[in-house]
Amino acid sequence: MSGTFLGMPSLPVFGIGNLHEHEPFPKAAHRELGNTQLRANLGHATRTIRDKRLAVVSELPDWEELRDAGRAVKESVMARLPELLEQFEANFTARGGTIHWARDAGEANRIVASLIREQGADEVVKVKSMATQEIGLNEYLEEQGIAAFETDLAELIVQLDHDKPSHILVPAIHKNRTQVRDIFLREMEGVDPELTNEPARLAAAARAHLRRKFLSAKVAVSGANFALADSGTLAVVESEGNGRMCLTLPETLITVMGVEKLLPAWEDLEVFMQLLPRSSTGERMNPYTSLWTGVTPDDGPQNVHLVLLDNGRSAALADEMGRSALHCIRCSACMNVCPVYERTGGHAYGSTYPGPIGAILSPLLTGITAEENNSLPYASSLCGACYDACPVKINIPDILVHLRGEDVDSKRGKKKLPSQMDLGMKAASWALYSGKNLGLVEKALPLGRIAAGPDKKITKLPGIAAGWTQSRDIPAPPGQSFRQWWNKEHQAPAGPAAAGTDVPGAEPAGPKENP
Amino acid sequence: MNARTEILDRIRSALRDAPAVPEVPRDYRRSSELGEDALIELLTDRLLDYKANVFVEDAAAVPQRLAALLEGTGRYAVPHGLAEALFAEADAHDGGSGRRVTDAPGHRLSVEELDGVDAVVTGSAVAVAETGTIVLDASPDQGRRVISLVPDRHICLVRAGDITTILPEALRRLDATRPQTWISGPSATSDIELERVEGVHGPRTLDVVIVRG
Ligand code: SF4
Repeated sequence: MSGTFLGMPSLPVFGIGNLHEHEPFPKAAHRELGNTQLRANLGHATRTIRDKRLAVVSELPDWEELRDAGRAVKESVMARLPELLEQFEANFTARGGTIHWARDAGEANRIVASLIREQGADEVVKVKSMATQEIGLNEYLEEQGIAAFETDLAELIVQLDHDKPSHILVPAIHKNRTQVRDIFLREMEGVDPELTNEPARLAAAARAHLRRKFLSAKVAVSGANFALADSGTLAVVESEGNGRMCLTLPETLITVMGVEKLLPAWEDLEVFMQLLPRSSTGERMNPYTSLWTGVTPDDGPQNVHLVLLDNGRSAALADEMGRSALHCIRCSACMNVCPVYERTGGHAYGSTYPGPIGAILSPLLTGITAEENNSLPYASSLCGACYDACPVKINIPDILVHLRGEDVDSKRGKKKLPSQMDLGMKAASWALYSGKNLGLVEKALPLGRIAAGPDKKITKLPGIAAGWTQSRDIPAPPGQSFRQWWNKEHQAPAGPAAAGTDVPGAEPAGPKENP
Repeated sequence: MNARTEILDRIRSALRDAPAVPEVPRDYRRSSELGEDALIELLTDRLLDYKANVFVEDAAAVPQRLAALLEGTGRYAVPHGLAEALFAEADAHDGGSGRRVTDAPGHRLSVEELDGVDAVVTGSAVAVAETGTIVLDASPDQGRRVISLVPDRHICLVRAGDITTILPEALRRLDATRPQTWISGPSATSDIELERVEGVHGPRTLDVVIVRG
């Protein structure tokens, strides 16, 4: 490896920007769960997309082999990252492109704004990009007096509604067609007042709305799905043609891309362009993919820039257990199979990156000690569906458990006093140490029933246990414990049960009604 | 320290455990042996699934097919590298090549001019039957990227000999550094309730003429 590090090891430098929960996940989830329209739209969408994905994935006889190749390619990219970045830079630059390096969100935003200003432009067209959303580029440009127009249909819907994306692939998945029509009628200048809620009519309205913008734009801002080190080529994968418009028509093209998006060679693209479309939209291939290498004289933008973004990626890379989160190709398959995501939606995660991948990537980028993100690794039931769906086989459940451990360690390190969790564990170890101790604890059970009240539900537990009841009620504890019941039933000379053939489990689970 | 040095240093520092570089297992399909008829059938099936229109013609019948497709159309654009002879029939129909505008080095069509034409006719570099994908690489018979983007209808010629079965075979025939557009059907969106709608910003109609021989 050419990049063996000989200098002083530095502390990880974490990312900033739209990477944070705005409130703890359980709280946000609780609110979002109350939004029944959102849940209905999400449930429908994730089901549809899951079925489509399964159909096109099962069509390929070599799907598992592609996943294995994809994982190994990404692993080698991470191991060789410095060398590949330098190789990419040399190739992209040799063909007339300009590379900028940005340590964090703020630096990236400033670079983009100054490139736009150099062109004397006060507006740009944009093609859907998670990196620019992560760094809050649109908001920054607005402060600088530059208008950024999102051109992807879903992004346009979200932008017109002053809302936030809820899914990385279909950001307006939480809105149904009628809601979209209402937004267009309210926010789109010159829209046909007779507009119906037919998706085809809505798409046509978006086309008409953006056409002039595309044809006259001087500057476009994009993300990139892949970057090939051996040729200096960038790739954008899309459906609508808004990407092609942005990448072809304006004179100046500014792309913002995380440093982890590299692939070593042209032949690696054959793996990822089979994995990505099938995993994301459930299509054999997405309608359009554009590839460009620096500047092509006489064809497309002649002023081509790439901003390479760290913003916490090097910190994530420093976590040996967590670094494979950087393999993510943002297909969203893990979200669509996640039972937690399906019910809460993307907004509950706060960060640009929602769902299972967001639950690991956001805290890895910001650091688990970032107070705002430390509840994200708990936003999972560890069912493992995300791991099975992931085209590059990121072991999300393992990383979640690892980050939970980091979170607990970091909190313990912060305080001298034993936490409630520590005390609870101590108490449990005492209770479970002997049958006598446990018996004493069990005597307290009826107290719990008093706490539960007449509906026999406990809706608020005290202390740290409150986390459990924030999103669910628990039934009142039974009037007696299993051990108490067993002893009573087995005291000679008892009723028929004492015959010894009866299995206690055959009784209604637990003891019967009120003491 | 400048940003470049600092980021590269951070990354090297992050990798100080010197993780192994794994061998990439390439056990997925990398070649196949479908015959021409099977390839044409598979590509046709996939393109129809994307709601493209597909026509399979012998080379000699292509001018006639183009004339039929262009019937009733106004002006249309072509790249300079596409053989004139392809349009002989179309010209015969309207008594000359008045409807045809050519994008050539030194005579570039402006975006406004392209916005004013009804259709564009181009060739293609390679196609992938399994995914229904046609790749344009800006060769002279395909032209600059913009000409196949702005007009609302794209008529695309695909030589049968350029059809591969799977993506890895197609990539081997392409040069990464040429500007490429991979097209799999007309532009589409599934952004509203995941219902696929053909036709947003790219050409809303895609006519594919597969040319045998
Ligand atoms: S973690 Fe895997 S499944 Fe989830 S978005 Fe990333 S690549 Fe797709």
